[in-house]
Amino acid sequence: MRAPGSDKGQMAGDVLLAVDDVSLSFGGVKAITDVSFDIRKGEIRAIIGPNGAGKTSMLNVINGFYHPQHGRITFKGETRQRMRPHVAASQGIARTFQNVALFKGMSTLDNIMAGRTLKMDGSFFWQLFRHGPAMREEIEHRKVVEEIIDFLEIQAIRKTPVGKLPYGLQKRVELGRALAMEPDLLLLDEPMAGMNLEEKEDMSRFILDVNNQFGTTVALIEHDMGVVMDLSDRVVVLEYGRKIADGTPDEVKRNQAVIDAYLGVPH
Amino acid sequence: MSAIEAPEPPLRLTPTGWTLLGLAGAAILLLLASLTGVIGKGNPLDTVFIDPFRQMKDAPDLLVQTVWEGLVSGVLYALIALGFVLIFKASGVFNFAQGIMVVFAGLTLVGFYEMGVPAFLALILTLGVMFLLAVSVERVVLRPLVNQPDIILFMATFGITYVLIGLGELVFGGNPKQMIADQLMLPKGSIEFPFAGGFVALQKIDIAAALIAALMIAALAFFFQKTRIGRALRAVADSHKAALSVGISLNQIWVIVWFTAGIVALVTGIMWGARSDVSFALQIIALKALPVLILGGFTSVPGAIVGGLIIGIGEKLGEFYWGPLVGGGIESWLAYFIALAFLLFRPQGLFGEKLIERI
Repeated sequence: MRAPGSDKGQMAGDVLLAVDDVSLSFGGVKAITDVSFDIRKGEIRAIIGPNGAGKTSMLNVINGFYHPQHGRITFKGETRQRMRPHVAASQGIARTFQNVALFKGMSTLDNIMAGRTLKMDGSFFWQLFRHGPAMREEIEHRKVVEEIIDFLEIQAIRKTPVGKLPYGLQKRVELGRALAMEPDLLLLDEPMAGMNLEEKEDMSRFILDVNNQFGTTVALIEHDMGVVMDLSDRVVVLEYGRKIADGTPDEVKRNQAVIDAYLGVPH
Repeated sequence: MSAIEAPEPPLRLTPTGWTLLGLAGAAILLLLASLTGVIGKGNPLDTVFIDPFRQMKDAPDLLVQTVWEGLVSGVLYALIALGFVLIFKASGVFNFAQGIMVVFAGLTLVGFYEMGVPAFLALILTLGVMFLLAVSVERVVLRPLVNQPDIILFMATFGITYVLIGLGELVFGGNPKQMIADQLMLPKGSIEFPFAGGFVALQKIDIAAALIAALMIAALAFFFQKTRIGRALRAVADSHKAALSVGISLNQIWVIVWFTAGIVALVTGIMWGARSDVSFALQIIALKALPVLILGGFTSVPGAIVGGLIIGIGEKLGEFYWGPLVGGGIESWLAYFIALAFLLFRPQGLFGEKLIERI
C-alpha cells in the first residue's frame, strides 16, 4: 500500500485516464455514442445516469471487457484503441461488479488472495513444493491480505465460503479483492446497490478511506444521488449513451439537461 | 379464530433415516432366517441375498482375486475420471473428448515408435503433441467461446471428439495397435502366491498401473490444492469475468488444464493399451467414467479415485457372484445402476461440493 496521508488536493490534476470519442454498439443498438471524459489522479469520479444510459458499458470499455468500435482510451499516458482485461489488471485497474462476481466456492481469504495473482511471480517449480521462495512469497502476500481484511472489518468471516455471506458483506469482500490488487484506478459498479442505510454509510466510509489513505483514484457508478453528491469530486452524466453533463456535483445538480433527464420534460 | 388448514408436506423422494433403518432391518431379518434355516438353499431369496456371500466365505482366494481385478480396473476408471474432473473444475465443462484423447495419445505414442523413434523419445514427443493439442483447443475452440453458456462449450467438446477421431484414423489408420509396453520397461508376467488354500495371481502390469496412478493422483491433488495456479484454477471455474478482472489469464489456465488432462490421457492410454490394445473402441470405456463421476462428484479429485474404486470393485464382484443368476454380462450396466442408487442418497456425489446459493 502506498504512503498514507498524501495530499489529495495537490495530487488531483494529472489526468490518469481519458476516454476520447468512444462509441460502442451491439449490432444495431448503440450503447455509447461519442463519449469523452477524463479521470484525474486522486479524485473520486462518479458516472451517473438513468437506467440503460451506458454506465456499466463504459466501465467495461475501460477495463477491456468490451472493445469500442471508435475512440481511444489513454491510461497513464499510453493511448490504446482497446483495452484488454489482462492488460488493464496488470496496469493497475481493479473493479467490482454490479451483480457481485465472487468466487463463490472459495473462502473470503482465498477470494482476496486471488486479487494478489498478478503480484505473485514465484517460480512454478517452488510452488509445487510449497517451499523456499514460494512459501516466503505466500506469507508476504498473506500479510497484505490480512491488512485489507482488518481495514474492511471482515475478520470474522475470513474462512467463510463467500456464497454463504449476506449480500452486503459479499460486496465488501469484492471490494477487498479489488484492493488486494493495489490498483491505481478502482472502478466500482454500484457499490451500494441493494444496501440498507447503515451498510451504505459503511461502504461510503471505506471508499473515502481508500481514496484518502491510499490515494487510490476511484470511478464509481451509483444511483443514490445523496451518496454521489457527498462522495464525488466530479460527476459525468450519461443519457442514452451520450454525455449530457460533466462537472462538480453542484454544477451537475443545476444543469437543466440533467434535471430533464431525471425528471422528464413536458411535451 | 378459524382453523387454518396445514399445507400438505411436500413429497420426499430422497431416502430418509427411516429408509436406511428399514433396509438394515431387512438385512438382519434375512440373515437370521438363513441361519435358522427358515429360508433354505434353493429358495430365491437365499440365491440372491445369502448364497453369494456363502460363496465368498467358502473360497476366499477367489474373492481376493476378484477384488484385486476390480481394484485394478477401478484405478483405471479413476484415471479417466480424473481427466474429466480436471477440465470440469477449471471450466465447468464436461469434456466429452476425454475418451478419444486417451485413444489419440496412445495411438500417437505407438505411431512415433513405428516410425523408428526410440520408445522414451516417442513418449516425450507424444507429450509435445498433447501440449500442441491443448494450445490449439484453447485457441480454436475455447477462446472464441469465453463467457458462453456451459452447454455450448459441452457441444464444442463433441466437435473436438470428431476432429480427433478423424485425425487419428487419417494419420494412424483404423486398425488396433499393440502398445509398446516392453519398450517402455513396463513389467510383464504375474506374481502368484498361495492364499487360504488357493492361489491368487497378480499381473505385474496391474501393480505398476496402480502405483503409477496413485503417484499421479497424489501429485495432481497437491498441485491443485496447494499452489497459486490451483487457486487461479478454482477462480476461473467459479467466474470467468471476476477471474479476468483480477488479471488471471484464462488462456494460460486453460492450456495448463488441457495439457494436464492430456498427460492423464496419455498415462491412461498406455495402461489400458498394455492390458488390451490401442483401438478406437477404448473411447467407449471412457464413458464408464460417467458413473464414477456421479458417484465421486464432478469437482473432486479424491471423489474420482474413490468413485473409480467403488465402481471397479462393485462391477467385478457383481459380475462374478450375481452375474450367473441372470446369465452374466451385467458388467456393462451395473456401474450405472450403482451410480443411480448413490444418486438417491447423495445427489452431489460422495465428495462433490454442495451448492450453497442465497435466493
